[in-house]
Amino acid sequence: MNKVLMKGNEALAEGAILAGCRGFFGYPITPSSEIAEYMARKLPKIGGIFVQAESELAAINMVYGGAATGTRVMTASSGPGLSLKQEGISFISEAELPCLIVNISRGGPGLGGIQPSQGDYFQATRGGGHGDYHTMVLAPASTQEMMDFAILGYELADRYRIPVVIMAEGTLGNLMEPVIVRDEVTSFPEKPWAISGCQGRKPNIVNTLHLTAEGLEQRNRHLFSKYKEIGMNEKRAETFMVEDADIVVVAFGLLARVIKRSVIDARKHGIKAGLIRPMTLWPFPDEHIKAVADTCKVMLSMEISMGQMIQDIRLAAEGRVPVEFYGRIGFLPNPEELTREIIALAERKGL
Amino acid sequence: MAIVFKRPQSLTDAKFHYCPGCTHGIIHRLVAECLDEMNIREKTVGICPVGCSVLAYDYFNCDMLEAAHGRAPAIATAIKRLKPECFLFTYQGDGDLASIGMGEIVHASARGEKISVFFINNTLYGMTGGQMAPTTLLGQVATTCPYGRKVENEGYPVKMAELLAGNEGSAYISRVAVNSPANVVKAKKAIKKAFETQAKGLGFSMVEILSTCPTNWGLNPVDAMKWMEDNMIPYYPLGEFKVKEEK
Repeated sequence: MNKVLMKGNEALAEGAILAGCRGFFGYPITPSSEIAEYMARKLPKIGGIFVQAESELAAINMVYGGAATGTRVMTASSGPGLSLKQEGISFISEAELPCLIVNISRGGPGLGGIQPSQGDYFQATRGGGHGDYHTMVLAPASTQEMMDFAILGYELADRYRIPVVIMAEGTLGNLMEPVIVRDEVTSFPEKPWAISGCQGRKPNIVNTLHLTAEGLEQRNRHLFSKYKEIGMNEKRAETFMVEDADIVVVAFGLLARVIKRSVIDARKHGIKAGLIRPMTLWPFPDEHIKAVADTCKVMLSMEISMGQMIQDIRLAAEGRVPVEFYGRIGFLPNPEELTREIIALAERKGL
Repeated sequence: MAIVFKRPQSLTDAKFHYCPGCTHGIIHRLVAECLDEMNIREKTVGICPVGCSVLAYDYFNCDMLEAAHGRAPAIATAIKRLKPECFLFTYQGDGDLASIGMGEIVHASARGEKISVFFINNTLYGMTGGQMAPTTLLGQVATTCPYGRKVENEGYPVKMAELLAGNEGSAYISRVAVNSPANVVKAKKAIKKAFETQAKGLGFSMVEILSTCPTNWGLNPVDAMKWMEDNMIPYYPLGEFKVKEEK
């Protein structure tokens, strides 16, 4: 077992390389830049390609071209950069090209700040650009998961021919922890749709234009039948002490890991708290919410935003249980503060 | 009976959708003839733009990708870097290349990307109905400069060939026109030279091709050719602006 101390951003980059990523196209932005720097050091030594693009737009379009060749490629950025990339993500989604897109999140709107945030939840889970589409969204909570989700991300991207977004708070990107380095991925799926010269076959065309109403509707229906399949197969969440919980906290990312401590502390105060941590933000793990909606007394969405995921929790809970909210902006709250909020909620609800 | 003239293998059988008198058809054919003659069709990936030639993927008989507006050079960059054995060409209009895609084209050239760009300059946005482009001439009327382009309001038309020739990464830059049989022959030579520049790995290549748009210029095809000669060629001189030789 190869255990090393790594930064989250580096673990993610190394995970991508282990998964066979051989093309990185990016533009510098805090707090994601270590991913590009790691790739700039490593990729040329293993036969890969690193290009610092002139803009986020160029970077995502390089990913569009790179993914079209069937190579495992990626880009990484942060909030304002992700906004610029949305044009390309819409095209890549429609063209059904697998790739990895990383958002090491910082606060917004506008230039916002460079502190951790979960405020890009809507952008990530609702498609983000123009038209009807989704990307898959993975939310790691540890440096280990930064590596593991990069590997998983490529597997899912290839399986469903879909861009996979990894969204992690800036803190997680910069957090150092021991990581068990995974084995190199050695088997890759065939990609007969890829473009790299039509030697011995008919030309392949990568296209997102559909000028007839029937053709466009058919394309959209095709995408959504795929999304339905993904919804049935790929929802992932971690549950922690929810079986007997009166208060179920729902949180993702590094914040959820902090909340585990708060759940344990709340239990020491006699409050039956539990935690659901969505690991896929899209598809949202609504079954995990439904499974406890009748047994718990209240749910509490905790987010580093003004409240975005709470909408998905409420949709999943279908009104069977009240869903409350606690959020902070611009930093990762400490466990004491979150414990106090859980205790205060228990008192308000008489639990 | 010997066949002396036929459709290039690098074109499909699809009928062009272009307007009567439009020169896209000529230019498509020239690119396809070069692919045939160099025997590189099966190694070629073409990137089409947003604009009148958005459907070029239906016409070229090689691997094709349809890009977002202006982004073709970025896409071609990645494909060429990952598949260096491939020949990459982008086919872009003036709105696509010189306006919304100015960033992508300048940096692809500056990096010396080993791709070939065919830049179709017809002085306006054709597909969207004749709006002003960066290449619209002074005094020329377009739907978004209905009183004629004025320096005070819209500034000067952009000369892309001259601009990109200034980049060290540019290995072959030329401007041609397809207004006469003699110039069509010259245009084909330039297109082939661009592909040869790519084959030699010398760097970035672009051929700017002056083209007509009878529909949006409001002229018949013959008058459109004359308008190009009288107005475009004086401002956009023909010739080679950068020729990097093999060391």
